[in-house]
Amino acid sequence: MEQYWNKPVETMGREELCEIQLKKLQTTVRNVYENVPYYREKMQKKGILPGDIKTLQNLSDLPITTKQDLRDTYPFGMFAVPMEDIVRIHASSGTTGKQTVVGYTRADIDMWADCMARCLVMEDANKSSRVQVAYGYGLFTGGLGAHYGAEKLGAVAIPASSGNTQRQITMLIDFGVTHICCTPSYAMNIAEVLSELGYTKDDLKLKSGCFGAEPWSVGMRSEIESRLGIRAYDIYGLSEIMGPAVSHECRHQNGLHIWEDYFIAEITDPDTDLPLEDGEPGDLVITTVSKEGFPLIRYKTRDICTLNRQPCECGRTHARMSKPAGRTDDMLIIRGVNVFPSQIESVLLSIGDVQPNYQIVVDRVNNLDTLTIEIEIPESIFTDNVKGIEVFEKKVSGQIASVLGIGAKVHLVEPKSIPRSEGKAKRVIDNRKI
Amino acid sequence: MLNQITVFLENKPGRLEEVTRTLADENINLHALSIADTTDFGILRMIASDPDKAVRVLKEKGFMVKTASVIALAMGHSPGSLHKVLRELQTLDISIEYMYAFTSRHSDYDAIVILSLSDQDAAVSKLNGAGFSILGGELLDQLCKS
Repeated sequence: MEQYWNKPVETMGREELCEIQLKKLQTTVRNVYENVPYYREKMQKKGILPGDIKTLQNLSDLPITTKQDLRDTYPFGMFAVPMEDIVRIHASSGTTGKQTVVGYTRADIDMWADCMARCLVMEDANKSSRVQVAYGYGLFTGGLGAHYGAEKLGAVAIPASSGNTQRQITMLIDFGVTHICCTPSYAMNIAEVLSELGYTKDDLKLKSGCFGAEPWSVGMRSEIESRLGIRAYDIYGLSEIMGPAVSHECRHQNGLHIWEDYFIAEITDPDTDLPLEDGEPGDLVITTVSKEGFPLIRYKTRDICTLNRQPCECGRTHARMSKPAGRTDDMLIIRGVNVFPSQIESVLLSIGDVQPNYQIVVDRVNNLDTLTIEIEIPESIFTDNVKGIEVFEKKVSGQIASVLGIGAKVHLVEPKSIPRSEGKAKRVIDNRKI
Repeated sequence: MLNQITVFLENKPGRLEEVTRTLADENINLHALSIADTTDFGILRMIASDPDKAVRVLKEKGFMVKTASVIALAMGHSPGSLHKVLRELQTLDISIEYMYAFTSRHSDYDAIVILSLSDQDAAVSKLNGAGFSILGGELLDQLCKS
């Protein structure tokens, strides 16, 4: 029998769901109009007042919010409550050096945990489950987001965080872990190390895993499933909106259910921002209608997908989004971390001497993403000594690591060896087969 | 002191071959060379018959090329002769950045070592004072022809 964390909400009729959405949308719009000067100005420019939101169709009259808006209001300009009501902050990469900062009230944290608990129940987790959270804990939302959901469910949360794969495996086996949360590439890595250590999937009590924070294919799903002997579920989220658990697959695995009592999803044309019909691929745009600390109106995620509002076989009525099929910007997801080529460029230009002739090469070696920055050797640093060149390489890779939060290898190449393009420079070579 | 030609080489097949082809086409003779290699690049260091021309033609081919001042020191081709040189440098607390050596057919200068040192001027006066012969480019050219 299908299990639900909150059956009345998850299976509520669409009409009732829309009524709730409208009421919450009106409250949220009034809230941002009154408490976020940036939104008030944007709405005034468009000539919209909170009272103009009379139906859900009025949503498309509201301004779009982009990553650039979050950058313009760095760090706390989008917060809709006084700082004393904020209980936590998370952050993710901005398009340049500065991060995007997100604040949560106590109620926001509780809502997030509720979303995550619903997701875990969709993969048959319950009070007696043991959930190993192998997402990174920290400013990244993955670790704490999954953790609070597991606790809310009443399961055992095991805050393993990322890395140290041998120890992860020891815990999986010794603690009888039933569910794991991590990036899909890390799940592959665990599967490989498991067999290197001489274990098989039969040594595990794992039943399923929820994998997200980076793109993965159907082929990779079946690989993870057969190697770990589990069902592999896709989870979606982004820190600007909340973190993981904005949407998640049910066991029919035909799209990811978006928790529509908390989020209103639209698909828009990436160029014009005009709404598209259900089933048409476009930019996923999300409005948060329950968040207090950092509510966002029509946030352009730049993830490309389609929406399906038909009820699902699982009984849930909440709309399903397709697995994101790419992005409308140049953001890369490397080891679960969002990386913008512009961040790398601003580091290189800040170092001086470096001409903006560089290439970013992403690859996947043993299921782990690698990032290499190829730079044409600057004349000023070249001498007959190896030492000086190596110091330069270390300086660049050190600064890139501190800005991106992930390591990068710097590879110096000969002058004029990076292809010059006539139009838009091809900065990124992604060799990963996903 | 002598002008050494220094070229940045990516570690990929065919790069060194392009350097030697360029020099061959221009009829430039190589007296000695060494390569310092790391995991992803190499530094080619060469003593050539016409360093100015060598730099120019390599630059025209797009190579990152510079010259560096090094010391060419002649010594006897016999046991302990290099040690005598290093012993002199040691007393001045001069360190060696890198070195490479070659031989010539001339009996007075049958072993030649190229040195890059932390303090070249001090080393030159010390070695001159100790009776070592430091070779210039012209003499080196002659040695290699004879």
